[in-house]
Amino acid sequence: MSLLLLFLDAIFVHNILLSRFLGCCPFLGVSTKSETAKGMGVAVIFVTVLAAVATWLVYNLVLVPLHLEYLYTLSFILVIAALVQFVELALKKINPTLYKSLGIFLPLITTNCAVLGVAVLNMNEHADSLLAAAVNALGSSAGFLLAIMLMAGIRERVDRNDGIPKCLQGLPIALVTAGLMSIAFMGFTGIIK
Amino acid sequence: MNPFKLIKNGIVDENPTLVQCIGLCPTLAVSTSATNGIGMGIAATAVLIGSNMAVSAIRRFVPDEIRIPIFIVVIAGFVTVVQLLISGFAPALDQALGIFIPLIVVNCIILARSEAFAFKNGLVASALDGVGMGLGFTLALTSLGAVRELLGNGTVFDIKVTPDGFQPALLVILAPGGFIALGTFMALFRRYQSWVAERRGLSVPEAADEGCGACGAAAFCKATGGDGGSVGDSIGPVTGGSAG
Repeated sequence: MSLLLLFLDAIFVHNILLSRFLGCCPFLGVSTKSETAKGMGVAVIFVTVLAAVATWLVYNLVLVPLHLEYLYTLSFILVIAALVQFVELALKKINPTLYKSLGIFLPLITTNCAVLGVAVLNMNEHADSLLAAAVNALGSSAGFLLAIMLMAGIRERVDRNDGIPKCLQGLPIALVTAGLMSIAFMGFTGIIK
Repeated sequence: MNPFKLIKNGIVDENPTLVQCIGLCPTLAVSTSATNGIGMGIAATAVLIGSNMAVSAIRRFVPDEIRIPIFIVVIAGFVTVVQLLISGFAPALDQALGIFIPLIVVNCIILARSEAFAFKNGLVASALDGVGMGLGFTLALTSLGAVRELLGNGTVFDIKVTPDGFQPALLVILAPGGFIALGTFMALFRRYQSWVAERRGLSVPEAADEGCGACGAAAFCKATGGDGGSVGDSIGPVTGGSAG
């Protein structure tokens, strides 16, 4: 599969949220305002791509030669946690403006299953090429940004609706909305062979 | 504390999936059949009990500042053990759950319990809390899985229960069905809770608030905010800013 197709596939067909179910906590928790949703989405793109490259290198250059593949869970989460800390410090020093808009989301992302999930998926599917792994990470996280922005736009309106039964307000109605979005995204199935 | 109460707390009052609304990714992804639900539930319960006990046992030696990384390492260790056991003894389950077994590491239920309970309580209480929370997670996953399997495939635990003329709705076991089924489950559970409260003459519990407030891992996220100002506090101004 060419890289462009891989990128589009990760955004639309196998959308990380609506079809793979990775990163649902921020998707539902941080999607009440589109401004916050955008910040979260951009921060996820940033960290996912960096983490995908770092974990690919750790897996193929350290774990495989040492025959320690079974330790990937432990080493990936440590690499990601350290990387997030490092990015936070570096960003604070190098680009304070960017830090102001992204910094607060970075710690939240350490335990976001989208980041670890993409790293593990890359290990299973794109072990042969670092470039493919990075493109897959970029596409997946761009799909995250797209889905969370759409969701926030919808929720800003849904939350103003008083007609929703009390037991459905908040999270339950958001989940049903996500289900409908997921049906819409199923329409992309088959555009990439 | 009363052991029975601790376990009931995890299953009903603070059910991680339906009340605290955490750990939703594995819930949505693996509840396509009752068998998968039970498998995932047991795997997570095993990790939860192990990590709760380990965290509780080492809590006096762990400095407050670096407790989160230590929790993560402890949890990742238990997840690796469970992962190897599953791939050794239940390869079919390993195939079905796939990537969601390593992702138990970032399941917020487990981190949230380490942070909110095990770090402050004794060994036995922490183990019981792990059992309760794990059972609550397992029951929610299994019942959700059973309903989705019944409607989407006409079977429960791989046994055909529907009459021959029944046309299964495949959508229910596809991705959209997961979201819609969980949303419906959550709404029904809330309805049930407010019904119980009304019957006992208590005030109806408020629906969990939006966003991080509702999440049981909020305390954890706040803690990871580190010295740069806690996350919970700093998200406030951003949200307020965009509103104002």
